[in-house]
Amino acid sequence: MYKILTKKVLNPTVVLMEIDAPLVAKKAEPGQFIILRTDENGERIPLTIADFDRKKGSVTIIFQIVGGTTYKLSTMEKGDSLNDFVGPLGKATHTEGLKKVAVVGGGVGCAIAYPVAKKLHSLGCEVHTICGFRNQDLVILEKEFKKASSKYILMTDDGSAGEKGLVTDALRKLIESGEKYDEVITIGPLPMMKFVCLLTKEYGIKTVASMNPIMIDGTGMCGGCRLSVGGKMVFACVDGPEFDGHLIDFDEAMSRSNLYGDFEKHKYEEACNLFKKEVK
Amino acid sequence: MPNMSLVKNPMPTQSPEERIKNFNEVALGYTEEQAIDEAKRCLNCKNKMCMNGCPVKIAIPDFIAKVAEGKFEEAYEIILKSSSLPAVCGRVCPQENQCEGRCVRGIKGEPVAIGRLERFVADYHNKNAQKAPMKPLKNGHRVAIIGSGPAGLSCASDLAKRGYDVTIFEALHTPGGVLVYGIPEFRLPKDVVKKEIDGLKELGVKINTNIVVGKTLSIEELMREYGYEAVFIGSGAGLPKFMRIPGENLKGVFSANEYLTRINLMKAYKAESDTPIMSYTRVAVVGGGNVAMDAARCARRMGAEVYIVYRRGMEELPARKEEVEHAIEEGIIFKTLTNPVEILPYIDKENPRSPGNMSVGGMKCVEMELGAPDESGRRRPVVKEGSEHILDVDCVIMSLGTSPNPLIKSTTEGLATEYWGGIIVDENGLTSKEGIYAGGDAVTGAATVILAMGAGKTAANAIDDYIQSKKRAFD
Repeated sequence: MYKILTKKVLNPTVVLMEIDAPLVAKKAEPGQFIILRTDENGERIPLTIADFDRKKGSVTIIFQIVGGTTYKLSTMEKGDSLNDFVGPLGKATHTEGLKKVAVVGGGVGCAIAYPVAKKLHSLGCEVHTICGFRNQDLVILEKEFKKASSKYILMTDDGSAGEKGLVTDALRKLIESGEKYDEVITIGPLPMMKFVCLLTKEYGIKTVASMNPIMIDGTGMCGGCRLSVGGKMVFACVDGPEFDGHLIDFDEAMSRSNLYGDFEKHKYEEACNLFKKEVK
Repeated sequence: MPNMSLVKNPMPTQSPEERIKNFNEVALGYTEEQAIDEAKRCLNCKNKMCMNGCPVKIAIPDFIAKVAEGKFEEAYEIILKSSSLPAVCGRVCPQENQCEGRCVRGIKGEPVAIGRLERFVADYHNKNAQKAPMKPLKNGHRVAIIGSGPAGLSCASDLAKRGYDVTIFEALHTPGGVLVYGIPEFRLPKDVVKKEIDGLKELGVKINTNIVVGKTLSIEELMREYGYEAVFIGSGAGLPKFMRIPGENLKGVFSANEYLTRINLMKAYKAESDTPIMSYTRVAVVGGGNVAMDAARCARRMGAEVYIVYRRGMEELPARKEEVEHAIEEGIIFKTLTNPVEILPYIDKENPRSPGNMSVGGMKCVEMELGAPDESGRRRPVVKEGSEHILDVDCVIMSLGTSPNPLIKSTTEGLATEYWGGIIVDENGLTSKEGIYAGGDAVTGAATVILAMGAGKTAANAIDDYIQSKKRAFD
């Protein structure tokens, strides 16, 4: 069992949890992920590692409540234990030799972008971070990012915080103003990553996107997480989760990601109803 | 007097009409009377051909003689000397190619139902055994086993019986490997697997789940930091193969591994499970092995009309005969000498944003005919010209075999492997590295439960010799 050491509600739909998992913490690197199950009947869900503390033996996850399992997870409290927690899985972000990088995060994807920015910053790389959210209520990790970046640009769809507009608007502006990046790293919703990659392709800037498709085991066994990258079939769990953004077939990835949409909606409602009943 | 009946006592089964509506075990097992009657068919030959066919060399005529006398516990003791998972093997071994394939009674009539008797004895023991097994005296030596499938379990069992302090490391959340994620409940109830694993725990074997060796821990760490003197790699062949034809990434195309894992390991067919599984109406399973039969029969139980699409003929199906027979009884349609060339997308022209778009809309196939034998000795299928046709399906399950997981190779320096990923070992299971042994599908590529168990056993002997000889040198 894996104890929840801390729990913080970052915004109405995003929760941070620090989990006691010393073996995972010992090996974790930015860009890698874990798979967890809340309970005996739980499904296995992959979540990218948001932070880790090797001394304390803890791994931090940040998740958005989107379906039954993430809802159930959000109702667990400090001191409760997760049934299963395995990792670190996948390959770590390539950070060596990078001198100047733009990190572009969207929504809860910023939680995953954060350890990458932090690591690059600690290696002496110049980090420019662009984070996008729908509105000011959903903004997360602003303080943390500011510490890890030499430039931090906050974008919201409605302009309620930072600048109004999309992350691609901000990125284009930076590039147009003469900033030269070795690489752009983007983590967020699939449509956002798709458009970031289209933009950087125009300018010929190498771009890495972090993918989070449906998967079960996370060790290459099920093949559910397969993607087309450069016309080749790859498994996100073992070959990724990060790939060359200019080669990813984003339209296919988007189509595959909605396979269980109806099921998720149903399970979410079921979990909500169950929780409400228990609270009463 | 031996029972000279030419046919086996038939196995009581759930009727096909009934069983396609549930996931309960198909074969119900012999009664005591049936078992004794069947055991009496054994002639107790001097030249025990059946034993030569058994990868773990169970003393078959001896245990059958005990069954004939009604001494079922004694029969169990005999089997246990050679096999650590009799309730599993009695159910899933391809007996027709092994023990039963060599039985003298099979020359004129049917062989003795050795598998059914093995299963009967194991089930009898699991139901009636009173005393807990004796915990062997610990010898103080530690061995790590990677993977809790048949190879790992049998290696762990043999070492634990000799007093070794054995720890199994399992990547998934439940131990059992292919016995829990692959083989369905209706063929191998998970309670049966759990009982066998509980038996190992009673012997003192520790099982650590949620540890991916190669990621969470490396073999080097296990040996250097954790003090394991030897390691056995039984990590199986888990990587699914695809055909590399257009349309394989459409929604509704699964590897058999994914489909079976959702159903078996994650119990997605039960309401209380949080793991989703889609219901399809017409499913094509591509392939002809045991895994293909398992996937097809699961899809049938999920309510679909199911096709097995296989490029060779019925005679060439690599699956166990009994599985093919059961599949036919359950109404699965065999489209043999047929090969897929493309999976076609469904697109709603009226609604380009429909979530159903880019799902499976059909599968384009060609017919095959058998030509000259290929290197495997089987006749090579060649495409019949002008035979292209479309199979109307909404789901495709690819069951084309699996290859060994590269995770351990890529994180263990100096571990020699074949070009296709199989770990290279000598006849004792020793790899290119001292103290590291391997066996089962990780070495051979996808094979059977019993071959993996045999390899685990061989490696256990070699590990015992290795550690004892090291100890002698030290003394």
